[in-house]
Amino acid sequence: MEEENPVEIDEIMHIPDGYLSPSTCATLYLFAASGWYAALKRIKQLLATRAIPLISVFAAFSFVVMMFNVPLPGGTTGHAVGVGVAAIVLGPWGSILAISIALAIQALFFGDGGITTLGANCFNMAIVGSFTAYGVYRMVAANSKLNSRQRVLAAAVAGYVAINAAALVTAIELGIQPMLFHDASGTPLYAPYPLHVAIPAMMIGHLTFAGLAEAAISAGMVSYLQRADLGLLRGVSGLAQTPGPIIAGASPERSQGRLWWAVALLMLFTPLGILAAGTAWGEWSSADLMNPHTREQIGAASGNHAPPSSVPVGIEKLSNLWTAPFPGYAPRFIKSPMFGYLLSAMFGVGFLVLASLLARVVGREWPRRNLGS
Amino acid sequence: MSRHSFLESTLQGFTRAMSKALQSEHAATQPGLLQQLDPRVRVIGIFALVVSVIICRRLEAIAAILLVAIAIAVASRVSLASLAKRVWLVVLGFTGVIALPALFITPGEPLFTAPALHLSISVQGVRTAVLLVLRVETAATLTTVLVLSTVWTHILKALRSLHLPAEIVTMLAITHRYVFLLIETANQMFESRQSRTVGVLSGSEQRKMTARTAGVLLSKSIELSHEVYLAMLSRGFRGEVRLLTDFRLKPRDYAGLTAFLFTGCLAAWMGR
Repeated sequence: MEEENPVEIDEIMHIPDGYLSPSTCATLYLFAASGWYAALKRIKQLLATRAIPLISVFAAFSFVVMMFNVPLPGGTTGHAVGVGVAAIVLGPWGSILAISIALAIQALFFGDGGITTLGANCFNMAIVGSFTAYGVYRMVAANSKLNSRQRVLAAAVAGYVAINAAALVTAIELGIQPMLFHDASGTPLYAPYPLHVAIPAMMIGHLTFAGLAEAAISAGMVSYLQRADLGLLRGVSGLAQTPGPIIAGASPERSQGRLWWAVALLMLFTPLGILAAGTAWGEWSSADLMNPHTREQIGAASGNHAPPSSVPVGIEKLSNLWTAPFPGYAPRFIKSPMFGYLLSAMFGVGFLVLASLLARVVGREWPRRNLGS
Repeated sequence: MSRHSFLESTLQGFTRAMSKALQSEHAATQPGLLQQLDPRVRVIGIFALVVSVIICRRLEAIAAILLVAIAIAVASRVSLASLAKRVWLVVLGFTGVIALPALFITPGEPLFTAPALHLSISVQGVRTAVLLVLRVETAATLTTVLVLSTVWTHILKALRSLHLPAEIVTMLAITHRYVFLLIETANQMFESRQSRTVGVLSGSEQRKMTARTAGVLLSKSIELSHEVYLAMLSRGFRGEVRLLTDFRLKPRDYAGLTAFLFTGCLAAWMGR
């Protein structure tokens, strides 16, 4: 079979027609179209007339790199998507366009990958992948020198995390299909595996082979560019004193400002969780497993499999080990669930901000001590 | 694990992509049914049929669209042998393997039980697996028939006349043009490296070599984009893209479009 496959990219993440319902495809086309519109607008602002040839040729490059067999430890090989390098050289907006164009050529010219799922594939690999790669690269690289080893490490982590983030989003899209789209007899109409099967099945391959291939190609290329073509790394380096010859990255202050607005908006939306019906799959406590009403919901959410008759020993043992500071997303003294959700979101975000600030400080100190510079 | 080295596998991948592109160009010039229709009708018609495939919930309706797709392929002089090799077997090998566990793990009425092996196949499992494979086979057949019967530039013009932004259409056109040049460049780099390889490279060396080749290809691509930009400037490019869409719909195009849309709607209604 493999002999006939012309463009052997990461096939599992490349969703063909038929795996997703029409409404999922339409929604993801809408998300992808918003991304393409914003990216095109931004890139035209940054590059003016140079945008079209640069993005087009880079898309051709991405297409070819997707065909490279990357040797992996253990003698096997994997294929990279190239989204890590695209985000590092072009920035997130340019990367969205370049990877999307490469995916569109595969679908429309080579017939590989679906037409109805093109929006989903672009959303997963081009949009989620590019933003994740860019964010992780900037965070891990911090303000290190362009030719520092920290940037090679940052590229590897960025490629690895980006491909796994894209795979996770793909797995979620596939995993919600049987839950939302089945006939009266319970037959799944599209991708047949629920989230608890789709996510591990997808992530095992990506946490190992595909993730490693992306990490290897991203790190290897950044290491090569540091020696041979340093200018290509300047554009989105985050170093204000080194304007790039190719593309100017998103202005850090402006993009951070937008990020904070987005986080604030997401926090405001957290009480939407109250509207969710049923039970959060897999987040059951021992009390839930004993409560007849909750047991019914667990059964319904698990493809009509009855939950075990007694609380599993492991859950019982571990349930007293850790109590969340805000159990059920609200401190006990808060009576309004909506306010409780908001407070929990603020606390959670605050904690993550502190942790990332700490990671940045450690990231800046570590290379100085270890590289002796 | 492949019996070929990673270099040979990559080179084979390049060759397959090139031969597939040549095969498409050759098929697109054959005097067939689809080839005689306006490219916009082909793109809209096939897209409508693919959408109806994913709307249908009944196996019979999807199977009927597959038969229609095969009939269109035959009338468009697309070889069924190449469709079988290029689409049907590949989809069966990929989606078939993915769908197989669904037979056993989809809950429902048992169809077959092997207590000794603790295995049970459910009616719902069989139905979902067949539904998935049939859906993917049908959609992939339709897409491949479109690709094989339409010259790339016509697909682009059709997309433009369907109001896809001119910048995106231009990018698709330029990317397509330079994909083959970059495949050829990468091919030459790998071949020249392979001809200078004696013995076996360690895994780490192989990875470094792949990354180095990709890095050089990136540098060459950026330089190429500068050259393309200068060439565009020399022809008076000011950032505005204008494309010619000189298609004219003939009566047979209207008939073809009606037939496509009628078939798609009928299948979606029958298979609801």
